[in-house]
Amino acid sequence: MNRDIQRYTASERSNHWAVAILFVLAALSGLALFHPALFWLSQLFGGGPWTRILHPFLGLAMFLFFLWLAMRFARHNRFDANDRRWLRQWRDVVGNREERLPEVGRYNAGQKLLFWGLLLCMLVLLVTGFIIWRQYFSHLFGIELIRLASLLHAFAAWVLICSIIVHVYAGFWVKGSMGAMLSGRVSRGWARKHHAAWLKQVSPDEAKQR
Amino acid sequence: MSSQDIIARSATTTPMPSVRQVDEVAKLIDVSKCIGCKACQVACSEWNELRDEVGHNHGTYDNPADLTASSWTLMRFTEHETESDSLEWLIRKDGCMHCAEPGCLAACPSPGAIVKYANGIVDFNQDKCIGCGYCITGCPFNIPRISAKDHKAYKCTLCSDRVAVGLEPACVKTCPTGAIVFGTKEAMKQHAEERIVDLRSRGFAQAGLYDPPGVGGTHVMYVLHHADQPSLYAGLPDDPQISPMVSLWKGITKPLGLLGMGLVALLGFFHYVRVGRNVVEEDEHGPDPAVHQVDPAVHPYDPREPRV
Repeated sequence: MNRDIQRYTASERSNHWAVAILFVLAALSGLALFHPALFWLSQLFGGGPWTRILHPFLGLAMFLFFLWLAMRFARHNRFDANDRRWLRQWRDVVGNREERLPEVGRYNAGQKLLFWGLLLCMLVLLVTGFIIWRQYFSHLFGIELIRLASLLHAFAAWVLICSIIVHVYAGFWVKGSMGAMLSGRVSRGWARKHHAAWLKQVSPDEAKQR
Repeated sequence: MSSQDIIARSATTTPMPSVRQVDEVAKLIDVSKCIGCKACQVACSEWNELRDEVGHNHGTYDNPADLTASSWTLMRFTEHETESDSLEWLIRKDGCMHCAEPGCLAACPSPGAIVKYANGIVDFNQDKCIGCGYCITGCPFNIPRISAKDHKAYKCTLCSDRVAVGLEPACVKTCPTGAIVFGTKEAMKQHAEERIVDLRSRGFAQAGLYDPPGVGGTHVMYVLHHADQPSLYAGLPDDPQISPMVSLWKGITKPLGLLGMGLVALLGFFHYVRVGRNVVEEDEHGPDPAVHQVDPAVHPYDPREPRV
């Protein structure tokens, strides 16, 4: 009998992958405009002008889907005392020695940090993105603000892309995580190893057993 | 123009061909000689086949009210009351300054959309323009305008097409008072010197040349009666330079940003090589976990064992 447990519903998974696909498109089109060495990426979007036209809409769509995702997951991402300990023991984290770490709930401190970091980046990208959206909005703003927004937009995008690289690697590194976001299910072993406190929450008989 | 005449090109990280020695040109606008007739605006419009929309009177002599994608030059009128209670009518022909270090070119993300010719002219290639407006963000003089019709950026070309075949720009040719002259940058500086001596002898002690060093000098220069206060002339920047925010955004951030992203990805790869994946040893996909408790050495093998 399969005793896997559900970690993500179909809607949560769809929402996550919608954000992921839009992120990839927004990131590639944004990078095309960021560094000359990557301008060729604009060919993926039908050339320079199309990249310029599509990028803001892709970004906006990513933000809206992310906002939806954030509303689903925000309550699981509140920091507590254990999280501070977990972060201090980051060497055990990257060394795969989770048995030394405090029991983790639905999300560990790294995931929570990522969650709030992404939200912050997305907010900065949204606001600065409107300011530098030349076709519809830039005429409403002063030149100094546009310059600052351009710089902040590039910086927030950089932080976001680096964070997502870490996020993607972590999904591959912790075997079973990728499956969790694809099929929605994780094994009990996985849950016990990585999110023991969460397992006790969702599976009362587990709490009795241990 | 031959490709050898291009010495700087937007979104291009290697040097352009630059062995050829070409004299730098410059347009000198003597504000003290300008009568505000707008013949230069008409000549610009004629030569470049531009017809701006007829606008409305905004209560000033400025017509049109601002530079547009079809008005590449514009007389800006300022009524300046001096300390001795007299009125000076300061008329400045506004347009691209053709900076030696152009902020538009530094900011442009599209390779070759903005070029600087060896003679100093900064030109936009609209066929390569993507319409992002970064040139506006980069320009210290607020010159480029994006057309609402085709979403391309436009500005004064210094009549690069005329200059290439040995003619002076259209505005220079038409100016009835000789307020606009054109030649090599050196010759124009000399000409300006003579004008400044003359103006000083007429009581304009602060007369001087506007060739701002903050942008490496410009290929459109002004003779101003009040060179100590350029901003009197309809907000001509006192000390124009590429904004530090633009330099940061389009300078060192670009290579460092890419390097940073590459390093993060490498960090992941080497973590995988050195530490490896974090794998759940005791998996409970198939059988009841009780089996493991009886004999932990028993590991049932399932060929369909999925990715977990």
